[in-house]
Amino acid sequence: MGKVSKIYTPIAKANCYHCGESCVDEVLHFDEKEFCCSGCKLVYEVLNENDLCAYYEIAEAPGTSLGNSKAKDNRFDYLDDQEIIDRLIDFQNDSEVHITFTIPLIHCASCIWLLENLQKLHSGVVSGRVDFIKKKVQVKYSKGQISLKELVQLLSRIGYEPSLNLADIDKKNALPTNRKLIFKLAVAGFCFGNMMLFSLPEYFAEAELLGQGFKKTFNYLNVLLSLPVFFYVATDYYKSAWLSLKNTAVNMDVPIALGIVTLFFYSLYDIFFLGNEGYMDTLGGLLFFLLIGKYYQQKTYDTLSFDRDYKSYFPVAVTKLVKNEEEVIPLIKLKVGDIIRVRNEELIPADSILLDGDAYIDYSFVTGEEVPVAKKQGELIYSGGRQKGTVLTLTVQKSPSQGYLTDLWNNESFEKEKVNSLENLANKVSGKFTMVVLLIAISALIYWVLQGQVSLGVLTFTSVLIITCPCALAMSTPFTLGNTLRVFGKGKFYLKNSQTIEKIAKVDTVIFDKTGTLTDPNKAKVKYIGELLSDESKQIIKAMVMHSTHALSNRINSYLDKITPVQLQSIDETQGKGLVCQYKSQEFRLGSMEFVGASSNGLPEGGNLVFFAVEDYVLGYFFIQSGLREGIQNVVSEVRQERAVHLLSGDQDHERVNLNNIFGEGISMNFNQGPSDKLAYIKRLNNKGANTMMVGDGLNDAGALRESHVGIAVTDKVTNFSPASDAIMDASVISKLPAFLDFAKTSRSIIKASFGLSFTYNAVGVYFAVQGLVSPVFCAILMPISSISVVIFTTITTNYLAYKRGLKDKIW
Amino acid sequence: MEVIFILIAISLILAGSFLYLFFRAMKDGQFDDNHTPAIRILFENKQSKIDKKVPTNKIK
Repeated sequence: MGKVSKIYTPIAKANCYHCGESCVDEVLHFDEKEFCCSGCKLVYEVLNENDLCAYYEIAEAPGTSLGNSKAKDNRFDYLDDQEIIDRLIDFQNDSEVHITFTIPLIHCASCIWLLENLQKLHSGVVSGRVDFIKKKVQVKYSKGQISLKELVQLLSRIGYEPSLNLADIDKKNALPTNRKLIFKLAVAGFCFGNMMLFSLPEYFAEAELLGQGFKKTFNYLNVLLSLPVFFYVATDYYKSAWLSLKNTAVNMDVPIALGIVTLFFYSLYDIFFLGNEGYMDTLGGLLFFLLIGKYYQQKTYDTLSFDRDYKSYFPVAVTKLVKNEEEVIPLIKLKVGDIIRVRNEELIPADSILLDGDAYIDYSFVTGEEVPVAKKQGELIYSGGRQKGTVLTLTVQKSPSQGYLTDLWNNESFEKEKVNSLENLANKVSGKFTMVVLLIAISALIYWVLQGQVSLGVLTFTSVLIITCPCALAMSTPFTLGNTLRVFGKGKFYLKNSQTIEKIAKVDTVIFDKTGTLTDPNKAKVKYIGELLSDESKQIIKAMVMHSTHALSNRINSYLDKITPVQLQSIDETQGKGLVCQYKSQEFRLGSMEFVGASSNGLPEGGNLVFFAVEDYVLGYFFIQSGLREGIQNVVSEVRQERAVHLLSGDQDHERVNLNNIFGEGISMNFNQGPSDKLAYIKRLNNKGANTMMVGDGLNDAGALRESHVGIAVTDKVTNFSPASDAIMDASVISKLPAFLDFAKTSRSIIKASFGLSFTYNAVGVYFAVQGLVSPVFCAILMPISSISVVIFTTITTNYLAYKRGLKDKIW
Repeated sequence: MEVIFILIAISLILAGSFLYLFFRAMKDGQFDDNHTPAIRILFENKQSKIDKKVPTNKIK
């Protein structure tokens, strides 16, 4: 084994052997290889000892830097709790346990290899199996040889710490439901293919040579094959049509069901009583094409979850103090009155009162307050905030599920499923369509009956119903939306389902959350310009800003993070102007230009300025830029052209002026909005008849996202937590939001155009049908041609227009 | 030409069994993850140097 030595290099040129990042602070040498931190080196040591260095041969520098993180050793203690174990595992018997972990760090082939060779690290592990797309690994281990806690520790030691949160133990995720659709598609394909084969001889004169026996056999086989199609594959259409009729509405499935039933029963009659060939192959083809459309529409994103609640954000365990001894207990066992300990970067798990420690809580994700807030002893701290700084001791006031924040989920909006308005284009059209078709069919029937040709009348009646079965019509929506869904997905705008597109197209009111959505709390920039500040001056400034609750003071406070404040003699704040204090019988001023009396020459623009002066001598100023996301100004102004824009913020309103300058007048801005205020605000807009779209990011927006017609969660990393929503948007593409909104409208136009196309086919079909000229061959040709041409039309136009609008790099 | 009846029967049975096999594979979850196996197949099954030793619990 190589010797460990530490060399500090002034110029960092080496790249870490483990994670590939350049070694900035230090270079650790081990085994003739360079590492950027002790975390990376440790992982290498473990792998090296166990002869698993092939890990480094599969992908270059496959690891992920963990930094010199010194996590607590006992943080997985809760995994000893049998109740927790039982809730986490998938399966167990006397000897083996199966468990599935979500590991967000899985990113390359090496990861797969290592996680599937866990048995080489510990003989207790039986096997590991990775699902790369879902970033999950299923581990099987023998019961007596390794405990769950040891397994998780092992994983975190090699750099693959599983993400465990409260939602994991709360319920097991159900299997994806689209399997059923695939089964049906397979049956439809099987039956359709064979029916085509058996029908083929009918279409050629040579078939006569086979004789009547064959013809009959083929027809009966077709009937046999049509049974699974009619009784299994098509069931969803009957159900949907029935439901819609019960609500006295006509959706797209009504004409489809009508067509299917007519096709089936007329074909039975045709085959058994008239001895003809029937339309069974058309029936099979119809269902097959329809299901393909349905399947195409169901684009799912495996790594994303659209229905998370606060449970996915909260940890599984908390550190509880029992007789001054730390004990890690599962969060579900936390009771009111318990004393807990929260460390740096940890989450406050429940509404609690601060007993000890300097609380400096970052609520930006939870309530939208941009700057971390300081809390004093005895103050109530709401759950969900993240502590920045020292260790806190708290006493729990409310159970985690009933806190200020989590109470939101008890709101009625979360009780009911989001109502899926049936008002999409296809359903609107289908009502009229069905009426017109029935009208034509009945008129044809009456006409021929009056002519004295009853059997021809019946034939034309059924022919019209068969030929107008809206296969092409029904395909236009799923394929257009399915394509749009994919275009959006490539643009990092992930929709929950395709109905969302039609909803987006109708949005007339856009509500933005401020913190985290329009602004990026981590991007706020504070810069000091002027004469160099001595350490003492910094300490004085720190003491001054700590006294104030003004947003800019808070910014400077976090800028001077590690400075310890001095004791000031006196301090006085003029609201909105600045601070003045006495220290060592000198007067210090911190505030606006007028307040300190600075000159306005050569000052930078595009941000707030806070001047610092000693005894009327201006030393310099802080330049503070609000961390607006890139291009957000254009987003707001473009969205405003056609839609109303509202702004909701959990923050105080000291940025109102600043935001007004940036976005212009006329945006209704609302500050100090708590989670339930936001929900109520959206509700009011909805009641006024607005089609609302909420764009938010944090847990505090969850209610508003839920209540709005379209809720879009903006997130910096799509695999991270985001609240339940209809769509998830990568924060890097928020500048494209207007383009996405417009494109949703475009896809509506494309659907309308393809409706026109399929109506043309129907008109041609009906022209022949009323004359009684429709034959099975005619059907078998017209039906696929119309469907396929509609699919081709929508696919090409959607992709071409997306390319033209810059939403796609290339057409295909 | 009567042989065609037998052929049809065979073809239906054949196609039906393919359908059945597809169903079974589907239920077993063969199509749940169609990315990882593509990577997995590229791993070389190298004999490691210390593989002959009895595996021990080196990590505790």
